[in-house]
Parts: sequence; structure tokens; C-alpha cells
Amino acid sequence: MNVTLIFLTGFAPFQPTPGLALWSLIIFLLFWWLMSKYAFKPIMEGIKTRENSIQEALDEAKKARAEMANLQSENDALLAEAREQRAQILKEATDTKMAMINEAKEKAKSEAQRISLTAKQEIENERKAALTSAKNQVGTMAIDIAEKLIQKELKSNPEHEAFVSKLVSEVNLN
Amino acid sequence: MRKIFLSLFCCLALSFCLVAQQNSGHSHDGHDHSSHDHSGHDHSGHDHSSHDHSGHDHSSHDHGGHAHTNNITTPCGSAAQVIHHEGYDPSATAIHHISDANVFTIMDMIRIPLPMIIYNKDRGLEFFMSSKFSAGHHDDGHYGYKDYVMMHGNIHRLKCPGFADQDHYEVAGFDVQKHKDAAGKDHETPYAIIGGKAYEIEQKTIWDGGLLGGGITSFYDLSPTKNVVSMILVCLLFFFLFRKAAKAYANRVGQAPSGIQSFLEPVVQFIRDDVAVPFIGEGKYERFFPLLLTIFFFILGLNLWGQVPFLGSVNVTGSLTVTAVLAIIVFLISNFNGNKHYWQHIFNMPGVPWFVKIILTPVELLGMFIKPLTLMLRLAGNISAGHIAILSFVGLIFIFGNAGQSMAGSITGVAMAIPLTIFMMAIELIVAFVQAFVFTLLAASYIGAAIEDHDHH
Repeated sequence: MNVTLIFLTGFAPFQPTPGLALWSLIIFLLFWWLMSKYAFKPIMEGIKTRENSIQEALDEAKKARAEMANLQSENDALLAEAREQRAQILKEATDTKMAMINEAKEKAKSEAQRISLTAKQEIENERKAALTSAKNQVGTMAIDIAEKLIQKELKSNPEHEAFVSKLVSEVNLN
Repeated sequence: MRKIFLSLFCCLALSFCLVAQQNSGHSHDGHDHSSHDHSGHDHSGHDHSSHDHSGHDHSSHDHGGHAHTNNITTPCGSAAQVIHHEGYDPSATAIHHISDANVFTIMDMIRIPLPMIIYNKDRGLEFFMSSKFSAGHHDDGHYGYKDYVMMHGNIHRLKCPGFADQDHYEVAGFDVQKHKDAAGKDHETPYAIIGGKAYEIEQKTIWDGGLLGGGITSFYDLSPTKNVVSMILVCLLFFFLFRKAAKAYANRVGQAPSGIQSFLEPVVQFIRDDVAVPFIGEGKYERFFPLLLTIFFFILGLNLWGQVPFLGSVNVTGSLTVTAVLAIIVFLISNFNGNKHYWQHIFNMPGVPWFVKIILTPVELLGMFIKPLTLMLRLAGNISAGHIAILSFVGLIFIFGNAGQSMAGSITGVAMAIPLTIFMMAIELIVAFVQAFVFTLLAASYIGAAIEDHDHH
């Protein structure tokens, strides 16, 4: 018998023994059943639940990020619009202001013209009235003087009086 | 980290020195110098007096060159004496340490008796404790119970009738007689020495048809042995750990894993994502996933359990019996789930001419059985080899120390054995994980091949 076989002959770990076979079968099957039912099932369920929740959280975060981006662009658009509106309003205000100023200027000018025109007319009228009254007074005075003079010299001669009046009216004071 | 290593190293060195010294002390004790010692690494503090009863060896491993043996002529009591074999036999020691036994020996000091369940054709089932044998050095029983005796931790039955009604008798020792039969084939006859006479004993109960040094015996030893107790302990430990993790999943919904949960979860996910899903397929793996996880943790747990040094190299996953049971389960599961395509591929490979099928079908059929056979041998071979390597390196101490008679030699042996043993243990740690992974992976691939859908062709 060669050396290998002698070695194997005494090599107890490789000898199949019925007791160990029976026990290891029973123990393994029991272990399998116990672990499957009471350990692996809840563990696998737990792991699956957590993996799902992580996936959901990731998906939600992605969605939230997309929404955020959406919101941001909307905000930007709104802001741009507001800015445009502000510029528009400012421009309009400036235009209105300029128009008002111009209008006021025009108004003031025309008013001033009107006032100065009226003033000139009034002055003219006043001057005319003053001249008329002055003419009348001067006439009266001249008649008085002439009356006195004539009274003195001519003594109530109507020809003289008419002649003097005619002279007075002929006097051009302008 | 370095401190831990250093202290570990020192502890190992100290214990080795103690062992060596004890052995050298023993040989100067006034005992006869022929008293051999093939003790392993965990012999510190064994009972010296036991040597009076149990000086023996497998003579098949004895290279001491002793010609004198007892000459056994009849199964019932030829005159004989206890023969002390000289020298240290490393291979016998290693094999003794990794063999199954009916007693759980820790550091060769604490011997925990185990329950015995023996089926005997004459007397039916018998239950008793292995403490009846009062196992001593080498796990040899000092006493016999009925016609059972304990040799090397295993139960043997005396061939000679007449002991069945005895409850307690002293057994002086055991030995093996070698002889050739008429065909020139070697035979080994184990015998026990009781009352100065040698009584032939039956071999162990082994289902090997006499191929591996055993045979169908007149009794069946169905006891929960050292290996069985280890299996139960490891399974209970893993069940406890996994229950804790499972409860944590129920109690901590929506929270990050913590404690044992965070240790087990990556392993479970690894088996799922790298073994189950790629080999069996998404959607189909759920049915087989518990089996794969059970196989992985069963093998891993027992591999690591065997690595605990002071437990005496429990070699569960290195026993062919255990790996055979695992392989048979994988074989049955994969073949019972085999679909039409699987069987078609074995018996009638599509797209192959008929004359190739004549060769291919037997090969495929053979492959069906070779698959579990390789599973069985790979695991048992790897784990047993690792244990033997470690025990051989430890054995260097005794070889150099001349079986404990030379202190200087022992110290040299210690200096050589420690780094080699540490190296080997580190390798074995990797092997423990790798072999558990490989077994699971191949089991998954066999199952996957059986249930695979073939869309091509």
C-alpha cells in the first residue's frame, strides 16, 4: 500500500461518519429555516425599505431642484419685466414733466403778453382820458381867461366867444 | 496596533516555552524514556499519570522503528502489554487534533463530556454521557462502558462478547496491529488492552465501505460530537446576532444602521449584489437568497470557529461529512429547480450533431455530479490543509526540542514556529472568508445555471 493511501486511511476528517452527517443535516436545515424566517426576511425587508426610501428621497431632491430652477427663472423673468416697467414709467414721468413745464412756459408767456397788452390799452385809454380831461380843463381855463380877457376888452361879445371855441377846438394837443 | 501585536507575540512565545518546559520536565520526572509524547500545541498542564494508561500510537504513523508489537491472535484476550512508542509523530498529532471526537477538549486540560447516542443492533438505542469513559491524554478513555471503549476520542466496540453487562472496567491502553492478509493487502487491527490482555475492537463507524480504514460496524455512533456541538454553538451565535440585527431593522425604521446591523448589512448586500443577482438573476434570486446567506454564514462561522487556537482546532468545515451534506443540499436544490432548458442541455444539447451528443451527454451527466463533488472536496481540503499547516508549524517546537527533552532545541523551535504560525493563521483568516465566499458563489452559479432562461439558440 502506498504512502498516500496509508495517510488517507488514518485521515479521520475525511472519513464519512453517519452521526456527523445526520447531525449536520439536521442542524443546517434548522439553521436555514430559522434564519430565513426570523432573520433574513426582516433584514431583507428592512434593507429594501431603506433602499426605497433613499431612492425616493433622491428623486424628491431632484424634483425639488428642478422646481427651484423653474422658480428661479420665473423670478428672473418677473424681475426683468418689473425693471422694464419701471423704466417705462420713469420715461413717461419725464415726458409728462417736460410737457407740463413747456405748457406752463407757454401759458406764462401768453399771459404775460395778454397782461402787457391790456396794460398798454389801459395806459392808452388813461392817457386818452387824461388828455381829453386836460383838453377840457385847458379849454375851460382858456375860455375863462379869454372870457375875463374879452369881458374886460369886449364885454360879452358872442362872436368872440364862438371864435375862441373855434380856436380851442382847432388846437391840436397831440 | 503594534503594541497589540507585540503583546500577542510575547504571549504566544511564553505559552510555547511553558509547553516545551513542561514536556522536558516530564521526561526527567523519572518516567521511562520510551514514554512518547506526540502532544500538540495545547498540552500545557496535562495529567502526567495518564501516561501510565495510554502510551500508544498509530503504529502506521510510527517511524520510530519499533519491531516489537503485541501479537494478537484471537479477538478475545491474547496476552499483551501496553507498548510505549518512542518519539513525537507530527502527522498523527495533527490528524488527531483535527479529527472529530466524542469529547470536547480545551487546551488538553478541560475535557467536556458530550452526550452519547449509540444505535446497536442487539440492544437498540443507548444514551449516556461520554464521561463514562473518563477520557485522558489523547482523548483515550481510561474506562470502558458496556462493550464500548474510547480510543482517540472515538467510540469503538469490543469484538469479544462478554463485556455487555459490565459498567465500569479499566482500559490500560490502545494500539494497532498491522498485518498482511493472503492477498498481500495491509490490514490494521485496533485493540484495547484490558487486564493485561489485548481485545480486538471494531473500527469506527464509517460509511466508506472499508475504503478509508473504516467500515460498516455492528453499531452506529449517532452522538453529538465535538463538531456537532461546535455547529450548534456557531449557529446559535449567528442566530442571536442576526435576530439582534433584524430587531434593529424593525425598531429603527428610517434610521442609519448601527452596531451589529452595520457589520452584517454590507456582507448581506455583498452576497446579494455580487453573488445572488449576477448568478441567479434579478427577480429570481429572492427564492434562493436565504439559502445562499445560510451557506455563507454557516461556513464562515465554522471556519472562524476553527481558527480559535485554544479550542483545539475544531475542524467542522474541514470534515468531508459536513461539506458533503452542504454539497448534497446544493445538488438537490439546483437539480429540483432545473428547468426544461437545463435538462435539455444535459441530455440533448441543442445545435450539436448526434455523434457529438454520444460523448457530450455522458460528460454533462458526469458534470452534474462532479459539481457538488468539487464543492465538497474544495472546502474540506482547504480548511483541513490550513489546520494541518498550523499544527505542523507548532509541531516544529517538539521536533526541535526532541519531544521536550532538549530545552535549547525547544527554544529554537519556538523561534521558528511563532512567525510561521502567525503567518499561517493570517492566511487561514483569508482562506476562511474566501472559501465561504467561493462555496456560496459556486452554489449560486449552479442554481443559476439550472433555472436560467435560454433565449438564444
